[in-house]
Amino acid sequence: MSAAAAATGASPVRDAVEWRLAAPLGLTYVVFFAAPFLILLGISFYADAEQTRLGFDSWVKFYTDAFYLKVIFDTLKLGVFAVVATTILAYPLALVFRASSSRMQRVLIFIILMPLLTSVVIRTFAWIVILAREGVINQTLMGLGLTATPLNLLQTELGLVLALTQIEMPLMLLPLLAIMNQLDQNLIDASRALGASKWRTFFRVILPLTLPGWIAGATLVFASATTAFISQSVIGGARLVYLPALIWQQSMVVYNWPFAAVASLTLLFTVLTGIMALSWLGRFARTT
Amino acid sequence: MASQQTATVQAAQPLTLDGVTHSYGTGFAVDNVTLEVKGGELVALLGPSGCGKTTLLRIVAGFISQTNGKVIIGDRSIDELPPNRREIGIVFQNYALFPHMTVAENIAYGLAARGESRAVQADRVAEMLATVRMEGFADRKPRQLSGGQQQRVALARALAIRPRILLLDEPFAALDKNLRLDMQIEIKRLQRQFSLTAIMVTHDQDEAMSIADRIAVMSHGKIEQLGSPVEIYDEPATLFVNNFIGSSNLLKGRVEAIGPEGYRVALESGAVWKLTSKGRFEAGAPVLVSVRPEQMVLADEAAPDRLPVALKLSLPIGGALIHDATAAGGEAMKIAMPRRPGALSTGPGTAFAALAPHARPSLFPAASS
Ligand SMILES: Nc1ncnc2c1ncn2[C@@H]1O[C@H](COP(=O)(O)OP(=O)(O)OP(=O)(O)O)[C@@H](O)[C@H]1O
Ligand SMILES: [Mg+2]
Repeated sequence: MSAAAAATGASPVRDAVEWRLAAPLGLTYVVFFAAPFLILLGISFYADAEQTRLGFDSWVKFYTDAFYLKVIFDTLKLGVFAVVATTILAYPLALVFRASSSRMQRVLIFIILMPLLTSVVIRTFAWIVILAREGVINQTLMGLGLTATPLNLLQTELGLVLALTQIEMPLMLLPLLAIMNQLDQNLIDASRALGASKWRTFFRVILPLTLPGWIAGATLVFASATTAFISQSVIGGARLVYLPALIWQQSMVVYNWPFAAVASLTLLFTVLTGIMALSWLGRFARTT
Repeated sequence: MASQQTATVQAAQPLTLDGVTHSYGTGFAVDNVTLEVKGGELVALLGPSGCGKTTLLRIVAGFISQTNGKVIIGDRSIDELPPNRREIGIVFQNYALFPHMTVAENIAYGLAARGESRAVQADRVAEMLATVRMEGFADRKPRQLSGGQQQRVALARALAIRPRILLLDEPFAALDKNLRLDMQIEIKRLQRQFSLTAIMVTHDQDEAMSIADRIAVMSHGKIEQLGSPVEIYDEPATLFVNNFIGSSNLLKGRVEAIGPEGYRVALESGAVWKLTSKGRFEAGAPVLVSVRPEQMVLADEAAPDRLPVALKLSLPIGGALIHDATAAGGEAMKIAMPRRPGALSTGPGTAFAALAPHARPSLFPAASS
């Protein structure tokens, strides 16, 4: 009796989470994230660039101007395109990866991870070489006689999506490959034996059961594509304006900090909206 | 019952494996297997781990294509058909139920893939649930079921498509002993009811003995012996089958003389036995005599056909008394005799082992020394 009582008596103590372990990181968050966030929120409620008057003027100006609304929309669209493009490329590769021998899998993982060993800046500039008027793609197309005049790829959404797809690919692939590799082969075989074609098996069994991996990947790709300041500015140039560039311009060039704060918070909400939409999707992916 | 009427209309089709061989790269996982499973028959593939049972099953299902040989259902080769066109029901060792679907969706899966209407699907699901006695579970997810229930759903799912052939890969391995017996009876009942041609993989010999019509004992990718459970047990064709099925005492001996009614074999441990065998042995050939424990008896006095044994230990196991003994030649022996009520284990001592009146020992050639 006493042993049991002692055990139950001791269990709350043992089960208690040691919150102090989280203190260093928690403090860092408070100082470098929560506090700046609150300051940012405060600044956004100044009505003028000189921060003399309080008011909703910056918010109203941002959300009533068609130009800025289009910037929000374009940023969202860029994230969606990056997710769609990486998805279309990643799923077939993940299926190939699954079917490969473990030696081949190691080689594939190395190839997939290789881009991560190079800085984003270098990869972005490499894409300029590829996309430029006299770049690799145009040289090839003209060499093959498929086009007479060079295509405009730099400073276009298409070029930017192309580059981002390659740059963000590992973020989509890694979670997807992990979950794809764990999928029980017997489930796929069972589906086939029951009469399902390969496509049906993919959409009814493989896709739903790997959705959690895709959601993780899609969240990462969406968040980094919408905030990819370097790639957006270097490849998109001045012609394509996205929220990160707008923030930089307003804060560092125009010095309109309230307006930059509004843009910053908008970017934050844009990313959050995408992530929430994805995790809402995840609720349907009950895989067990 | 409506389910039984609709179920038995289809005539069972035979399944023939003709010289099926498969290599994963090095060596043969399945080596020239020829096997004809008659319509409505249940054949058990029995063999030690790694002997190629699963590989053979996966070839029949079409998940891997064999290096050589043919798989024929009825009179048609199915080698060119992809798995989804073979109409084969398969139950996996881990059941492989779709975890994201309910029991009803799992059972309807094959019907939906065939484009059956919702009404047909619902009818068949209800019928299959009744067949496997799982009526109340249609809306559960697989993880909310016990092992035996998952097994039933897996069976229902495989049978819902009215397969021509049923393949079972160690279907009972994950079940505990009592449930195992229930499910064995259940599978036998369903296999009869649907008059299915079936292959069941197992490495449990009791399981194979109890529910299979015939047993194919496999070793290293080859079928060592194919026969009824009784044949396999009473007349093992090879030493491997003999040792793999049941337990037996192996005694070294030499053929002394060949007479009209069999061989006279002198055992190294002393006795001389008159034995019959389908095998052919020369006079003087070294042989191994295999006797099942229950085909031997112990006596108190010596005789020419009795061999002296040193009793080490006797254990009452249920209705039998198992004597652990050592023969004069050093061979370890087990002798099982009916236990008289009230009799307890006996201590060490010396006794004389003889063949029981009904005994039919098997003879195998021994590697000559
Ligand atoms: N995918 C594979 N690649 C290479 N070799 C394999 C593969 N699958 C099985 N093998 C080999 O083929 C042989 C037969 O394997 P199989 O799975 O058919 O055995 P099994 O009789 O089902 O064994 P168990 O009773 O353990 O399930 C084994 O030696 C195994 O190592
Ligand atoms: Mg196996």
